[in-house]
Amino acid sequence: MTTEFKINARPVRVDVPEDTPLLWVIRDDLGYTGTKFGCGIGLCGACTVHVNGRATRSCITPVKDVANSVVTTIEGLAENGHPLLETWVEAQTPQCGYCQPGQIMQAAAMLRDFPNPTDEQINQVMSGNFCRCMAYVRIREAIRMAAQRMQAGSGRPQEADHA
Amino acid sequence: MLKYLTGKSSGGAHADELASPGRRGFIVGMAGAVLTLAFARSPLSLANPDKTVAEGAFDPTVWYWIEPDGRVVVNIAKAEMGQHIGTALARIVADELEADWEQVELRYVDSDPKWGYMVTGGSWSVWKSFDPLSRAGAAGRKVLIEEGAKKLGVKPEQCRARAGRIIAGNQSISYADLVRGGGISRSFTDEELKQMPIKPPAERRIIGGQTRALDIPGKVDGSTLYGLDAKVDGMVYGRPIIPPTRYGSSVSSIDDSAAREIPGYRQTVTLEDPSGTVPGWAMVIADSFHAANQAVKRITVNWSPGKTTGVDEQAVLDHGRKLIGTADQGVLALDAGEVDKAFNDAAEVLESEYVTHGVLHFQLEPVNAVALEKDGTWEIHTGNQWQSLIIPVLSRALQVPKEKIVMRTYLLGGGFGRRLNGDYSVPAALAAKAVGRPVKMVLTREDDALFDSIRSPSVQKIRMAFDGDGKITAMEHHATAGWPTQVMAPDFMADGINGKYDPFAIQGALHWYTMNGHRVRAISNDLANDTFRPGWLRSVGSGWVNWALESAIDEAAHKAGEDPIEFRLRRLKAIGRNAGSAPNAVGGAARQANVVRRVRELSGWGAELPADTALGVATSYGQERNMPTWTACVARVRVDRETGRATVEKLSLVTDAGTIVHPDGARAQVEGAALWGMSMALHEGTVLHNGNVADTNLNTYTPLRMRDVPEIEMEFVDSTETAVGLGEPATTVVGPAIGNAIFAAVGVRMRELPIRPHALLAELQRDSKANREA
Repeated sequence: MTTEFKINARPVRVDVPEDTPLLWVIRDDLGYTGTKFGCGIGLCGACTVHVNGRATRSCITPVKDVANSVVTTIEGLAENGHPLLETWVEAQTPQCGYCQPGQIMQAAAMLRDFPNPTDEQINQVMSGNFCRCMAYVRIREAIRMAAQRMQAGSGRPQEADHA
Repeated sequence: MLKYLTGKSSGGAHADELASPGRRGFIVGMAGAVLTLAFARSPLSLANPDKTVAEGAFDPTVWYWIEPDGRVVVNIAKAEMGQHIGTALARIVADELEADWEQVELRYVDSDPKWGYMVTGGSWSVWKSFDPLSRAGAAGRKVLIEEGAKKLGVKPEQCRARAGRIIAGNQSISYADLVRGGGISRSFTDEELKQMPIKPPAERRIIGGQTRALDIPGKVDGSTLYGLDAKVDGMVYGRPIIPPTRYGSSVSSIDDSAAREIPGYRQTVTLEDPSGTVPGWAMVIADSFHAANQAVKRITVNWSPGKTTGVDEQAVLDHGRKLIGTADQGVLALDAGEVDKAFNDAAEVLESEYVTHGVLHFQLEPVNAVALEKDGTWEIHTGNQWQSLIIPVLSRALQVPKEKIVMRTYLLGGGFGRRLNGDYSVPAALAAKAVGRPVKMVLTREDDALFDSIRSPSVQKIRMAFDGDGKITAMEHHATAGWPTQVMAPDFMADGINGKYDPFAIQGALHWYTMNGHRVRAISNDLANDTFRPGWLRSVGSGWVNWALESAIDEAAHKAGEDPIEFRLRRLKAIGRNAGSAPNAVGGAARQANVVRRVRELSGWGAELPADTALGVATSYGQERNMPTWTACVARVRVDRETGRATVEKLSLVTDAGTIVHPDGARAQVEGAALWGMSMALHEGTVLHNGNVADTNLNTYTPLRMRDVPEIEMEFVDSTETAVGLGEPATTVVGPAIGNAIFAAVGVRMRELPIRPHALLAELQRDSKANREA
């Protein structure tokens, strides 16, 4: 079964069963290993990517659902540059780092909906992303820093992942 | 723990190897254009350093090298799992070397006997590596100063090294230029290495300074490779079908007829495991992980199950109680003073039982491994914390010599002790052997939980004897749980008074409170050991032992009508066996008292708080009396009397870990460890049901999330004492601090972890009923 979509601004065509979770297509067929596997039931957020700009749990998204869509992974976000990637380093957020691409993708989507999020909004949205190292204090800090920077207009991300 | 690792005669660990690589002096020489600095492994190599490093003769242990462009590359033989260990270790080298930190890089190495005993755990890495790495750095500095002096035409005494340059007066030369100049050749005997002039703490420029961890950028942009990202040519995927019991199951039949139509499905193999690591495992082999997962749903495996299919949590706890009640069970880890006399003469005895339930590691990267054979050598690609423990097991499983197995190193998507137990590498290797090609085995989250080596449920009894004045005269601490070390690494068992015991399973009990009598009895729960494979989980025994100990001390303080902090301070005296000793425990109990006093200030102890809100304190020396990390915590907790929910509003923590090499990394470790402690106290826990853990994913296993994070404030004691461990100690104090705060807030004593709202509510209702009746 062939499915076509764009990933990180490149058109791709994959020939895999249509019920294959997008996660494994991204990782094993397309080689973008920054997207991680954690729980397989959409409750940890390590597999979060953007589909048409929306944060999406790729482990429970069949590849057929992204046909003709625009998918962005952490590699794509990094290619385009994003203030979150800078503040994540400045706040020295990651410990083991395994969940962090998913955290960053979730946070990037959140900052579109809430460009100036309150701590409560950050907590509500980001509590869907699990960090086993419990680096939560610094995840929150990095999001706050990026939001401030984006508000100040000094770090507007490119909107590459809209269809 | 190091003392328990000494004196092993065969097969086990060797303390000198553990403390540092097997070394016979140090050599510095050119390998091509590169200056190589290595521990020698043969005295012969000292005679000709150039030849040794150039030809790799006598197999020196290259600790770091300097490129002609000035880059300093430091080999890291420790697992990176979130602690930024490479940064800390490289900074120890760089400080003595007087390197330019901007030019330092890390290289994580594969397993090799020359690295000595390979293990990353116990919060040991910095503590153990500090001295050898300092000497390696200082040797490099000495050589470069001598070389620089020659080039600058001055005497070495006129030179100093700073930020990658040798400086004499107003002239200087860079390390890069010295390396490019070539011809550097020098060796130091072991004796000379011991005499190496290590800088006094006041002259440190890198250790203790702020920096960014070198591993972080790759973890942010997704480029870092974890075990799950390993890929080799020609590999197929493996997904196990896990048997109904951890031990003793055997496959009777496999029916995969319904799976054969799945595109990409290849076969299902029954693993033949001479090492006994994964009895009864079947492995589904397919061209993709998805195909393997689809196939698993359609394959029926029949087993002859092991004998633990009916074991549940209650049975394990009840068995623990029975063991505690049987006087000849277990091993005395300590029997100091006149315990029996104190209890015979006691005016009063306080006795309490404490229970903790199972905890999953739930490292976010489920365990996985790629295994393949190439030219007679087996390669295992996976993240692992204890290569030296699992390679002999792989050797038995594959029936090949240890020398024919190499573990390729990847970063770990969480360790927390799960990957000290490398059992997951065995089924991948057996599957690759069975199908004759590389296999990438991936466990789903549910598989990972079922195969986890969980933190064992525990039962503890603490008895305290009081004299007529209400003073504690003696304490007995009886603790039983599954013993990870007994099951997986028996060479590391410790000698008790009447037998061997698992030191990791009783860590934290050998406290520094002065009492006339103190007896500690550690008991292995054999039903636990038979049912599951007990694991080392962040802080291991201290995680449950200190829950009981610090709850009991609090109970004693309240019984005596004393302030819980004053009560502790009065007993934390640096006298007798608690006086402390050099080099690791200088100051003894006085340093523990210091962190308790400081957390009292930091937390605003004694301030007026709203109703049903209170502060609770707990303290610990961490895990080992020979490597104490002095830790104290105050938790501010509010209890909702309607729901029984305890909310942690704030955690205050003070840590004295001696010299802090990487301060921001240290803060991160304490933040994470403290939240782990809180999560295990209030949010997460599982129970055994039909021989397995009842919770296997986040739908029912519910660790702490961002919304639960309290305010955290912390301090480190400014110290130049021996650098000790940081990854675990904060884990051990938060639970009892919360329990003690709950008691202070609403007057009920919780003695079971995790503290569930329904249990707290039940205690509140019981308490109010008792009050009404009174």
